Amino acid sequence: MEHIELFFKSIFIDNMVFATFLGMCSYLAVSKKVSTAVGLGAAVIFVLAITVPLNWLLDQYLLQPGALSWLGEEYASYDLSFLSFIMFIATIATMVQLVEIVVEKFSPSSYNSLGIFLPLIAVNCAILGGSLFMQSREIPTLGLATTYGIGSGIGWFLAILAIAAIREKIRYSNVPPALRGLGITFIITGLMAIGFMSFGGMLTGGDEEAPKEEKTAKVDSKKDNKEVLANNIKVNE
Amino acid sequence: MGLKNNLHNLKQKYKGTKMAPAFNAIHTFLYLPDETTHNGTHIKAADDLKRTMNTVIMAMVPCLLFGMFNAGYQHNLQVGEIQAVTSGFFSPEFWTLDNFMIGFWKIIPLVIVSYGVGLAIEFIFAVIKGHEVEEGYLVTGMLVPLIVPVDIPLWMLAVAVIFGVVIGKEVFGGTGMNILNPALTIRAFLFFAYPTWMSGDKVWVEGAVERTKEIAAGANLDAISGETILGTLAQGKEMTHSVADMFLGFIPGSVGETSTLLIILGGLFLVFSKIGSWRIMLSSCVGALVMGLIFNGVVSSGWITETSKFYGLMSTEFWHHLLIGGFAFGTVFMATDPVTASQTTKGKWIYGFLVGFISIMIRVFNPAYPEGVMLAILLMNVFAPTIDHYVVQGNVKKRMKRLKAKVA
Repeated sequence: MEHIELFFKSIFIDNMVFATFLGMCSYLAVSKKVSTAVGLGAAVIFVLAITVPLNWLLDQYLLQPGALSWLGEEYASYDLSFLSFIMFIATIATMVQLVEIVVEKFSPSSYNSLGIFLPLIAVNCAILGGSLFMQSREIPTLGLATTYGIGSGIGWFLAILAIAAIREKIRYSNVPPALRGLGITFIITGLMAIGFMSFGGMLTGGDEEAPKEEKTAKVDSKKDNKEVLANNIKVNE
Repeated sequence: MGLKNNLHNLKQKYKGTKMAPAFNAIHTFLYLPDETTHNGTHIKAADDLKRTMNTVIMAMVPCLLFGMFNAGYQHNLQVGEIQAVTSGFFSPEFWTLDNFMIGFWKIIPLVIVSYGVGLAIEFIFAVIKGHEVEEGYLVTGMLVPLIVPVDIPLWMLAVAVIFGVVIGKEVFGGTGMNILNPALTIRAFLFFAYPTWMSGDKVWVEGAVERTKEIAAGANLDAISGETILGTLAQGKEMTHSVADMFLGFIPGSVGETSTLLIILGGLFLVFSKIGSWRIMLSSCVGALVMGLIFNGVVSSGWITETSKFYGLMSTEFWHHLLIGGFAFGTVFMATDPVTASQTTKGKWIYGFLVGFISIMIRVFNPAYPEGVMLAILLMNVFAPTIDHYVVQGNVKKRMKRLKAKVA
């Protein structure tokens, strides 16, 4: 049940693109055709599914305050969390190299169409964001971390798939010249985020909450939505 | 024929200039043109875009009239001046001139603002871009007053209409190019920008907000509570209206959404005039029923106890979901929008099913948004091109296989 909830949450509620606006660079650049978008989306799912659990292990046994205590008593006071950025990025870069080699070997055509954006996954903020959210949300087990990684990847995949299909559809639209290209894509992203807001606030507080807290929960979720909307409007601008 | 000639002369005089589209629009609005649609997503047929739009408006007029009566009825009922309806659809308590006039003076300004602001923007864009004024706003302008609460301030409506028409439609190149339903974009904008005016128990009955203020100022009056059925259920209270009331529409709610009976009539009209897609309507009802049945199953198997906040809506009988809230209205008039819905036959089934399925899911699981159908349709609008893409690819693959079999 925990897994299903986290999975659903990471795909729809905390969607990488529409809730946190991460990974925008490749999301905007590679979404002109559905087939390339699918390729990149699949690569992101793969990289997230590997890096998030790997980084969870690093975090748990190396970086957290007191994580080194398995080495012995005297190491228990060490706190290496200032190293987490560089460690996470190193893991991610390694994994992306691996993905690149695999894709080049088995699917040269999609390797060519993805072009520079495949190595650029290494600096895709959605990937680093996945690991950092995993750290800051204190996901308790390795299994849950894997679920979170796969879920966030699928969320990003859905977002880029939908916008690629929309951009294919509006290719012949008479968009005002000033907005052609990136401008209209930003507007579409904002509008899509409104669609995705249907899930905002969902599942907040289930059975475990006391009925009295219901009202505050409601207000909170509304506040969150306002913030999300404010973000959307910023993006629209 | 004076006006016609004058307009014709003006049209000739301004031909080729910037203002030409504005005069052409007035001319074609008042008189039958001898030319048909130039652009938009239509194939050649006897009826033009204007006729199509007018047919949809005709289907909505009963809902609008009923909404006027209902606005007055809810107000008088809550104030305590009349009794609740007792004898079915033609109850004399409901169809009074008094009820109608209250609703009329409340709803006509909404219609005027919606059309006035929206068409003004259409005119401005047509003049700037130098094309004919498009008819697309005719339906949107009628839908907007029907899906907002009666008491919404007019300036809010105007702001939302500007947002919806400019960002939701004109930046994509106008009618037939938008990705989200403009009417729903307008409603979603209102919903997220001014949540206190779009939900709660005070906005659905005409005058309830002012009454609350008067009471706060010390007036000795009874408070009006016009909670919608969804709001009541989300709070886990007992349903206060009978099923017949819900079906006939004597309940609080947005202007046009309450009477399922009239919406079904409008839907039948759309299906018979082949403008609305019966596939979407049918599959969305199926989707809603399936989700309702799943929730009922969950409740009867005992997984959810009465203490859960989801219990109230989950234990609602599955077919009641079709009658309450805006589900019927959204399914018939919004989900079937030919521009933003899926355009392939198989895609329509998938799209409709998911609209119904997700709207009931949001309704139950999302206590902050009791009305799921608006957001479900917007979400599926986002995914409709994806569905279409894969349906088309599937067809291509199938034909390639057939071709290969033939050649071999």
